Amino acid sequence: MTTNAQTEVGFHARQHGRWHWSEFAFWIVVLAVGLAFPSRYLIMTEILRLALFALSLDLILGYAGIVSLGHAAFFGVGAYCAGLLSVHGLINEPVLALIVAGLAATVLGFATSFLVIRGVDLTRLMVTLGIALLMEALAERFSNITGGTDGLQGIDIQPIFGVFAFDMFGRTGFFYSLAVLFVLFLLARVIVHSPFGLSLRAIKNNPLRASAIGIPVNKRLIAIYTVAAFYAGIAGALFTQTTALASLDVFSFERSADLVLLLVIGGSGYLYGGLIGAAVFRMLQELFQWITPQYWMFWIGLVLVVIVLVGRHRIHAYALWLPNLILNQIAGRKAAVVLTDNEAP
Amino acid sequence: MTYALETRGLDKHFGGLHVTRDLSLQIRPGARHALIGPNGAGKTTVINQLTGVLEPSAGRILLEGQDITDLPVHKRVLRGLSRTFQINQLYPDLTPLETIGLAVSERLGGGGNWWRRMGTRDDINAEIAETLERFRLLDVMNDRTSTLPYGKQRLLEIAVAIAAKPRVLLLDEPAAGVPEGERKDILAAVAALPREVTVLLIEHDMDLVFSFADRISVLVSGALLVEGAPDEVARDPQVKAVYLGEAA
Repeated sequence: MTTNAQTEVGFHARQHGRWHWSEFAFWIVVLAVGLAFPSRYLIMTEILRLALFALSLDLILGYAGIVSLGHAAFFGVGAYCAGLLSVHGLINEPVLALIVAGLAATVLGFATSFLVIRGVDLTRLMVTLGIALLMEALAERFSNITGGTDGLQGIDIQPIFGVFAFDMFGRTGFFYSLAVLFVLFLLARVIVHSPFGLSLRAIKNNPLRASAIGIPVNKRLIAIYTVAAFYAGIAGALFTQTTALASLDVFSFERSADLVLLLVIGGSGYLYGGLIGAAVFRMLQELFQWITPQYWMFWIGLVLVVIVLVGRHRIHAYALWLPNLILNQIAGRKAAVVLTDNEAP
Repeated sequence: MTYALETRGLDKHFGGLHVTRDLSLQIRPGARHALIGPNGAGKTTVINQLTGVLEPSAGRILLEGQDITDLPVHKRVLRGLSRTFQINQLYPDLTPLETIGLAVSERLGGGGNWWRRMGTRDDINAEIAETLERFRLLDVMNDRTSTLPYGKQRLLEIAVAIAAKPRVLLLDEPAAGVPEGERKDILAAVAALPREVTVLLIEHDMDLVFSFADRISVLVSGALLVEGAPDEVARDPQVKAVYLGEAA
């Protein structure tokens, strides 16, 4: 009896982290889209970068419940670090430079985590916002290093592993970004389905109970905040490496705020929200800019209001109605695409 | 003699409000000790100081002879002091399986592990299964906690505290708010606690107190009024005055 229960418990405990077939489908679609539109590499690369950046915020917001309006601080540090490494010829191999830039953001993440874990949501918003503003001001003040408002000049990214050169169509940049996103996604997936990841969800649900069963709440929050800073730093470094640009706007408030918006669109706490949100957000932006170049912000705002009012669950249900209908015809009644997802931030 | 749990001159002020007054409690190992008192006597404040949620203004707290006054909440838990809350403190979005799994993982030292998937350690799975079975939660182990009936949530609240394998367990009104029909499950769970676990019970329900406790401390206005065996306390004129005065 007990052994039966134990097997059952083990099975259900592992269930959450098991790969669902819709996840395979998701990544196949991503790869297929990449191969199908060779003339759109630039915008697709942009979406991948944004997706990685959003994944970073999802780790702290969706899992640990830490709100941030200053995530661009880490993005910016990663971006400038990758740029400076290239300009001064310190590390010429992009992958190595990417990791070093990510680690630079990690250091800042660890150092500022102590400020962020204190206090409630509102203070966290203000503190994270403040840190990003500070970083932007510092970058402007030390213009001899960062190039100030002109941006960093003379970034020249060498071929990846000395083999794959960045081309003007952005093909290398796209597949490079996709590979980085996929690897870091896999890592995030391992993290969130571990006991550590579950303890983050526990802290988000009820920090009092979490500490009352022996979870070191602050330590866990510091750890995930630092990991998220690494992710954001990598996203920033990817930005610099794929565009050969690094200017003050990497620290901009809009960059941090957009990130929260696209997690609202895609949903948080199931890892795919940031990826889907990034694609939808960027496509909507393109669409509205094409329809009305001057007032596209109005339409983005309207979409957000509708999403929050109608509720993402219902929108997902509508969006999945057609694919599920087709699937039902082919594979029988049971087949369905389901998005597991927690409540909106 | 080393007490399982002891306070020495515990004192707590909230501004001008004096809620715990020079409280010295000694709880023997294996005891079934009840802390009772009228509403507003400061019982939960005492529990919060014992567990580290509140910092005492003065005095020391000793767990099995070791001073734990300055330890944070989670370290006291790992030393063997665990509690239930008067108002359920659970994870609404998590399942009972995950809730118990976390407590067991944390105690067996796998809680900070980020590379191993949940459910891949047999020793942890076995303990989760054992705890869920004992508290009759196996059939609802995959339901979201927020969807469980209140009685089940109350059982889970106690199960989580037990999953931390405490040597001293603080029960803050375990039967509070539980409907009559589900009450016996809670009482059975409390009665079935292993003898080597020392229990400090806070309760309003006098039937439960007198059927369960072998020693009773009466707290009034934050100070210890009387302490003794249940029959002594029941006969004590001061206690009668407090409770009758309260009822009138």
